[in-house]
Amino acid sequence: MANIKLSNLNKSYGAVHILKDVNLDIKSGEFIVFVGPSGCGKSTLLRSICGLEAISSGTLEIDGAVVNEVPPSKRGIAMVFQSYALYPHMSVYENISFALENQGLDRASIKQKVEKVAEMLQLTPYLTRLPKALSGGQRQRVAIGRAIVRGAKVFLFDEPLSNLDAALRVQTRMEIAKLKRAMPDTTMVYVTHDQVEAMTLADRIVVLQAGRVEQVGTPMELYEKPGNVFVAGFIGSPKMNFVTGDPAERAGCKTLGIRPEHLEVSASSLADGIPGVVEYTEILGSDSFVYVATDYGMITARENGRTAISKGQKVWLKPVSGYVHRFDGNGKRLDTP
Amino acid sequence: MLTQVFWAFATVLIGVGGCVGYFYASNLLLDRLFPASASNDAHAIRNLKIQSSVRPWLFLGPALVLLCVYLVYPVIETLILSFQDKTGSRFVGFDNYAWAAKDTQFRTSIFNNFLWLLVVPAACTFLGLVIAVLTDRIWWGSIARSLIFLPLAISFVGASVIWKFVYDFRGEGQEQIGILNAVVEWFGFSPQVWIALPFWNNFFLMMILIWIQTGFATVILGAALRGVPEDTIEAAVIDGAGPFKIFWRIMVPQIMTTIVVVWTTITVLVLKVFDIVLTMTNGQWDTQVLANLMFDWMFRGGGDFGRGAAIAIVIMLAVLPIMIWNIRQANAERGGGH
Repeated sequence: MANIKLSNLNKSYGAVHILKDVNLDIKSGEFIVFVGPSGCGKSTLLRSICGLEAISSGTLEIDGAVVNEVPPSKRGIAMVFQSYALYPHMSVYENISFALENQGLDRASIKQKVEKVAEMLQLTPYLTRLPKALSGGQRQRVAIGRAIVRGAKVFLFDEPLSNLDAALRVQTRMEIAKLKRAMPDTTMVYVTHDQVEAMTLADRIVVLQAGRVEQVGTPMELYEKPGNVFVAGFIGSPKMNFVTGDPAERAGCKTLGIRPEHLEVSASSLADGIPGVVEYTEILGSDSFVYVATDYGMITARENGRTAISKGQKVWLKPVSGYVHRFDGNGKRLDTP
Repeated sequence: MLTQVFWAFATVLIGVGGCVGYFYASNLLLDRLFPASASNDAHAIRNLKIQSSVRPWLFLGPALVLLCVYLVYPVIETLILSFQDKTGSRFVGFDNYAWAAKDTQFRTSIFNNFLWLLVVPAACTFLGLVIAVLTDRIWWGSIARSLIFLPLAISFVGASVIWKFVYDFRGEGQEQIGILNAVVEWFGFSPQVWIALPFWNNFFLMMILIWIQTGFATVILGAALRGVPEDTIEAAVIDGAGPFKIFWRIMVPQIMTTIVVVWTTITVLVLKVFDIVLTMTNGQWDTQVLANLMFDWMFRGGGDFGRGAAIAIVIMLAVLPIMIWNIRQANAERGGGH
């Protein structure tokens, strides 16, 4: 059980201001995902929580106690690194037991704990092996095992799947979700730049940009009610279309956001439709993407199954009513009328 | 002076030019003898195959010939000499080795070499490791490392001359010009003839080699330490390991192959130690070592080729296993030991 509270947290390296007044309340047992483009500060934020980076100003509380000056090993946290950071000269057993050894536990209870974790992660046959004799997925599990064995209250994951190939990534993602369900009291903070990981794993997502928190919310809140243009563009694939000019003015806003899946594509003229010419289409089987050149720039639309529309065709695009997002001149969300 | 410079320059020019000329001409000859542009294809393919199997030997040839003339032949000749009498004219079997086993000078040398072997590589590697770590994160670290590295550029004889002054002794009533004696006197003790103090004088001589070689160890180990992945250290921090534990349990094991290479490289050097002893004491006051003893018997007062050669063979046999291990470790490291 551990809640984490960040208040006006700042981090600078010399003159470079990385994290700007981050305020965040992470509830005990929550799965939080930090997401954002590279360089947005998400990894720095994670490392600040962990204690590998000192906080420049503001406070970090874990379980109500300010831990700014508490060394990482005393914060009750465990971290899974992007590169796994296994100790290459130690066997799987020694890798998992190192933290327990540092806590001064006796051999018998170390053995018992390590074996229990190994069993849980199907690592038992590999306990005597060195990391170099393991596959990528197994190394990943050792890294997770090293975190579990310490009985930490908070798990931190730093892009743990980015070194795995696509198939293994999907599988490991599900395993992490399973792990979370098996440890409902453990708070988990997960950094990624992959929005699929964010959407599928998170209880709540924190979208970061240039060291600022743009929005915090459940995956569906972010999808359905993005707070600003940045979040709207970042969450969802393909990207949300942004239209300025006449259609936006008609909707009473500066920028109109329409997701590709909320556009009706018609070969015949539609009232209030945006006319355009199809540049190209991508047919993926389950759905198709139609890229249309309009007076307001390139607009992407998603169609179910195989689209009948072909390249070079003249089409009209119309947003499905109730599914448009309106933003003001500063990119802030306006409530739907 | 000018003539020397001229000849040095000319030698380099002729040497390099000769090499380039040799490789060019031999390659050209090969192309002519087995042309790749032969009239029919089968012929051309056969010629290309011949070319690619002959070419490495052609290029390696000069080096192999030189190795044979300057290394393999002397080893064999020394081995033969070691079984012959002092002028190399009569076969005496193992007499020279039997003599060596009983000779007190030889026994002292073996003992001293063993001491050197125990102390110098260990001291250099340990100091190198510690200095590499300590100088890693401070702004003047690289300046410090350069200063420690500098003695490596000084010849052993030059270094010995410097240290002769450090250990220098002046008689009673005279002012001590040796820094060691000056310091000792300042603390109120009486000055000593350091290099003539049996047993301990060995360590004063070893100090010189340690001074020279620590820089080498520092640079190599420093580079290796930088190669230790940062995140394994961070993981250890989170796992609750203290700085000493991180150093000994996480960093040192990860650079073990490099430590072994540094250690064995210095070991081989120590087994051959000669110049320092010759310059400082010439083996007097129980500081004799094998290489200096060999030199004595081979070229100086001794004048016994057989005994000199026997000692040389003993040194070679001692160096050989360490050398082989060293090369293996170095290869393992380069081949990405992991």
